Amino acid sequence: MTAYLRPATLAEAVAARAAHPDWMVLAGGTDLMVNANHRPEPPGIVDLWGCADLRGIVRSPDTLRIAAGTPWLEIIRHPDVNKHLPILVAAAREIGAMQIQARGTIGGNIVTSSPVGDSLPVLLALDASLDLASPRGRRIVPYHEFCTGYRTTRLAVDELIAAVIIPLPDAATHLSWRKVGTRAAQSISKVMAAAAIHVEDGRIVWARFGLGAVAARPIRAVAAEHAAARRAPDAATARAVGDALAGEITPISDIRSAADYRLEVAQNLLMRFVLNAGRA
Amino acid sequence: MQTQSGGPVGQSVPRVDGVAKVTGTARYLDDLDLPGAQHGVTVRSTIAHGTFDGLDRDPAFDWTGITVVTADQLGWGKGLAAGGFGENYIAMLDTDQPALLPMGGCIKHVDEPLALVAAPTRARALAARAALTPRQTAKPPVLTVDDALAADIKLYKDDNVFKSFLIRKGHVDDDEFEIAMAGAATVIEGTYETGAQEQMYIETQAMAAWPDAGGLRIAGSMQCPYYVHKAMKVLLGCGPDEVAVAQTVTGGGFGGKEEYPSMLAAHCAMLASAVGGPVKMVYDRDEDIAATTKRHPSRVRHRLGLRSDGSICAIDVDVIMDGGAYLTLSPVVLSRGVLHAAGPYRCDVTRVRGRAVATNHPPHGAFRGFGAPQTTFAYERQIDKAASHHGVAPWEFRDRHALRAGDTTATGQLLEASVGTDDIIRAIRDVAGAAPARDGINRHGAPVKRGRGFAFYFHGAGFTGSGEQRLAGRATVRATADGRFEVLASSTDMGQGAITIFTQIAAGALGVAPELVRVPDPATDEVPDSGPTVASRTCMVVGGLVERAARTLRLRIEAWADTAGVKGDLGALAAAMFGRKAELDPQHGGIAETVQYEPPPGIHWDDATYTGQAYPCYGWAGCLVDVEVDLDTREVALLRCVHAVDVGKAINPVIVKGQIEGGTVQALGWAVLENIVYKDGRVANANMTNCIVPTFADIPELETVIVECPYPFGPSGAKGVGEIPMDGPAAAVANALGDALGVAFDRIPVMPEDIARALRRGDA
Amino acid sequence: MITIGVNGEVRTVEVSAWKRLLDVLREDLRLTGTKEGCGEGECGACTVLLDGVPVNSCLVAAGQCDGRAVTTVEGLARRGIDGSTVLHAVQRELVVRGGAQCGICTPGIAVCAAHLCDSDALAGPGDARAKVRELLAGNICRCTGYQLIVDAVIAAASPASNQEGGS
Ligand SMILES: Cc1cc2nc3c(=O)[nH]c(=O)nc-3n(C[C@H](O)[C@H](O)[C@H](O)COP(=O)(O)OP(=O)(O)OC[C@H]3O[C@@H](n4cnc5c(N)ncnc54)[C@H](O)[C@@H]3O)c2cc1C
Ligand code: FES
Ligand code: FES
Repeated sequence: MTAYLRPATLAEAVAARAAHPDWMVLAGGTDLMVNANHRPEPPGIVDLWGCADLRGIVRSPDTLRIAAGTPWLEIIRHPDVNKHLPILVAAAREIGAMQIQARGTIGGNIVTSSPVGDSLPVLLALDASLDLASPRGRRIVPYHEFCTGYRTTRLAVDELIAAVIIPLPDAATHLSWRKVGTRAAQSISKVMAAAAIHVEDGRIVWARFGLGAVAARPIRAVAAEHAAARRAPDAATARAVGDALAGEITPISDIRSAADYRLEVAQNLLMRFVLNAGRA
Repeated sequence: MQTQSGGPVGQSVPRVDGVAKVTGTARYLDDLDLPGAQHGVTVRSTIAHGTFDGLDRDPAFDWTGITVVTADQLGWGKGLAAGGFGENYIAMLDTDQPALLPMGGCIKHVDEPLALVAAPTRARALAARAALTPRQTAKPPVLTVDDALAADIKLYKDDNVFKSFLIRKGHVDDDEFEIAMAGAATVIEGTYETGAQEQMYIETQAMAAWPDAGGLRIAGSMQCPYYVHKAMKVLLGCGPDEVAVAQTVTGGGFGGKEEYPSMLAAHCAMLASAVGGPVKMVYDRDEDIAATTKRHPSRVRHRLGLRSDGSICAIDVDVIMDGGAYLTLSPVVLSRGVLHAAGPYRCDVTRVRGRAVATNHPPHGAFRGFGAPQTTFAYERQIDKAASHHGVAPWEFRDRHALRAGDTTATGQLLEASVGTDDIIRAIRDVAGAAPARDGINRHGAPVKRGRGFAFYFHGAGFTGSGEQRLAGRATVRATADGRFEVLASSTDMGQGAITIFTQIAAGALGVAPELVRVPDPATDEVPDSGPTVASRTCMVVGGLVERAARTLRLRIEAWADTAGVKGDLGALAAAMFGRKAELDPQHGGIAETVQYEPPPGIHWDDATYTGQAYPCYGWAGCLVDVEVDLDTREVALLRCVHAVDVGKAINPVIVKGQIEGGTVQALGWAVLENIVYKDGRVANANMTNCIVPTFADIPELETVIVECPYPFGPSGAKGVGEIPMDGPAAAVANALGDALGVAFDRIPVMPEDIARALRRGDA
Repeated sequence: MITIGVNGEVRTVEVSAWKRLLDVLREDLRLTGTKEGCGEGECGACTVLLDGVPVNSCLVAAGQCDGRAVTTVEGLARRGIDGSTVLHAVQRELVVRGGAQCGICTPGIAVCAAHLCDSDALAGPGDARAKVRELLAGNICRCTGYQLIVDAVIAAASPASNQEGGS
């Protein structure tokens, strides 16, 4: 029989985690419970669902702080997220379907750290940071340093994610998101891309491109970002961005898609984002 | 509710099982209380070809309470009465497929059943399975139809051909045929491929067996109780009365529960006899996708000889289907495929060849449409190319050359009544409207290309040729003592509405309210063999039997009432008749009428030459599809799908609409996103995450037009509707994509990856 | 021991915290209306309301339900004054409009759609049919082609349909 703890506060959750390093930390369960009948029964569960400190969205003057246990449905319905981070809403609306969005949490998506985790390119483009908690205290880690490889992260064994902190983009920053999945809904990404493109006086000052499903982990397309910076958001720049991207990613073929397709579509998406930033 | 004769027919009576289904009280196999039932699971091969050398048990595992069955311990040849079994094969058309592979036997596909496990709980059964490791020696597999035909490795007889067909019309030999083809002003040639397709019924395969009165009782999710019954008689070595097979509420079939349930029933029977009590087996989704039958992948070479006026002077079709490792129903699927391969077009010289070949894939089998969707895809792509070659609008071209009454099909069948061509052509024209603008920008700012495609097709209703005569299906309608009526037929309702339709037909013929009619779940010890629930024959053929039985019963009761001077409605008369014991039919313990199939007059079919009346009649259909392709992502959006289908007579319009739309969506999915990925003979995407079917969001609002061209020998004119909607939409999608992009898509599914590659190659 | 409010009744079960809610309902409480189509969160046949929100019961651990409220398909209809069963508007429309064929997806769809009708999910601007298609996309139906289900949900969500009749 699996033991069970439902910590009421973050402090209790951290303590429970530390006390039972071999137990399962469960949030919405939409990753951990898949095919549960074929998985080994864990000795115990630390259930983060319902832990008040891990739920909710708080706005400060220049950031949104989303507690790690907040489910997608709440993110989708939150006015501040809709207003400031529409691409996070767009991504969330495409994560599974309603039942998955009702249970799946942003923290779970980050810790599972799948190369096809849909929120992850968005967090890269928005330059999000993570607030991590352990018995040793708190630390803030920029998200782009967090994911280290195929489903590996910098999360320490005794750590939990407390929250995701996202700086609020200003009006000159164009946000874009697109998921290309296996079908129109409840689908796994073949390619997805997010962009924040800062345009001033008709020129791109900087750009951040987050990509998923084109490498072992979600990545920033740094060379493509350089190719966009300090240029007009026009067709020539778009081409330069596409070419630069070709030099920095080598997607794979698998049961869902093909390497050549992934590269071509990733290029097209970034190029479209650049052009759309010019048109807006 | 009206009660005059024919009253409920043609009305959308709510399905009789509807309330049970929406309230969750309908009991599917896994919902039944089976006290003491053990859970069975299957140990399967992991190689595509080789030998089964033995089964290793993990000595560290706690084996108490676990039963392991291998083929070698079952006492073959002794028969059920002597505590053994009969013969170790699944009796269908051939004897090649073992129910459980014996040690030393030849493994022919991945996920072939090697041993069975039963345990008091499912978790224990799964754990025990994990503690069993089959020893296998691999041999090189045959994984393509070309390798199968090369026959360097022999899987079935000398040539790996399960079955071949040749149809000739208007010529005697190949030389004469080629002369006719050489007379063409233009020859359109193409090779068309279609992929395997998973039925993806949402209730996975599920079965139970238990010892019962010295014999065995089987219950489960299935389309054809008498198929299972036949297989069990052979497997168990017993008489027809020693085993009974009952259908439970069935959560979808689509052909996938036509042959495979016999396998499951065999396994349940083996385990039930080993444990001496009830055993149930319910497949996991992953196992169901990996191990059970799918639609045959196909390759069709098609040559269309055209005169300069666009009329067709010769058609040449060569069909190859990958049958997988065992013969199962492949010959019948191939038969229907070749019989439809020339399409509903006028042509005097036609040659159709077909082969189903053996490979080391898991067996392919029945799936809605039964071979016709594959060949329809090919000919409707060809017709589109022919229209474009002649610069004629695609629908116009079809109108000009489609079969009409007075024409003959590829088998020389003269079409007389019930030819829906003109109605279908008109129905599509009436609602078509303007084609979408070719170029545009979508909500992502991406450029798009749009296009429109059509398809026109027909589908034979009922069994092929003399099939119905040979089968001689029967159905019974009986009155019960309380003045109600029951329809006894072995046709199953797996969602398509059979029991509601039967209720309506019987109520109509009896002249009573539908509420007075009941259709009990079919069990072989209670209902006559009406034949399997396949081939779009349930409404037309079995419905016809029900209508005739009901009418006969009514006449008998009314005649009795006349002489006895009793008055009242039919229920009251029947109840009164029950009071006079002498009138009762001892065999049925009541007042019952059983009728047997009688062919409509003038049916001639020659199985040797494949000529004559292939089907008693055909349904006709047309489909229009508008697509939009995103040029950034090559994703396809289906904008519109209009489907006009001639069903003869819609006994229940809502049910008919549901049948058409369900089939349409399966066809649309097959066209653009349903893709079985085989890797070394194994289904590499055997889960619902990666083996996908359309969701609510993938499908446009469907525009369904029901066309009624009555068939004189069907109940109230009805003919089949189950399969035809599956046949054509895929071709319409490919044609629309061709229209949008100027590229020929001759293989389905057309995935965005294929579109990207085609555009990169500059096929346009 | 785990205590769950199921369809308005307090139920206690002695099961592992790891057991799937789906299995607790089907095996321990013998509420077999909730179906398993995949066990992967993909098909939606196992949908129930957990504290009023639709979830896949195959992805919820029993422990997580302790002290919470679950509504299954068996809990959608209510008893009328005369003791008869009064179907939820969605159930009634699914029957009348042909939204259930084989019926195996139907409990999940009925629960999910009842939630849509009873909440404000379909209200507001925008095409209601498109909303239904987005919000029900987690429920796979292989029989109907979806059209008649969308019809049923739209009919059930219309104000007229809330003066419900009997079954
Ligand atoms: C049918 C289906 C469809 C899906 N579709 C998508 C999709 O389209 N896109 C997509 O990106 N994902 C998808 N997913 C995956 C999943 O829903 C998401 O990754 C979701 O965000 C996971 O959140 P959860 O709370 O359910 O995670 P859980 O399963 O509860 O946990 C996941 C991991 O995170 C850990 N964890 C959770 N919270 C914390 C925390 N605060 N601190 C430390 N560790 C933590 C857990 O220990 C576990 O390792 C899908 C899943 C299913 C079943
Ligand atoms: S069984 Fe839970 S989603 Fe399929
Ligand atoms: S009615 Fe059969 S799956 Fe929906």
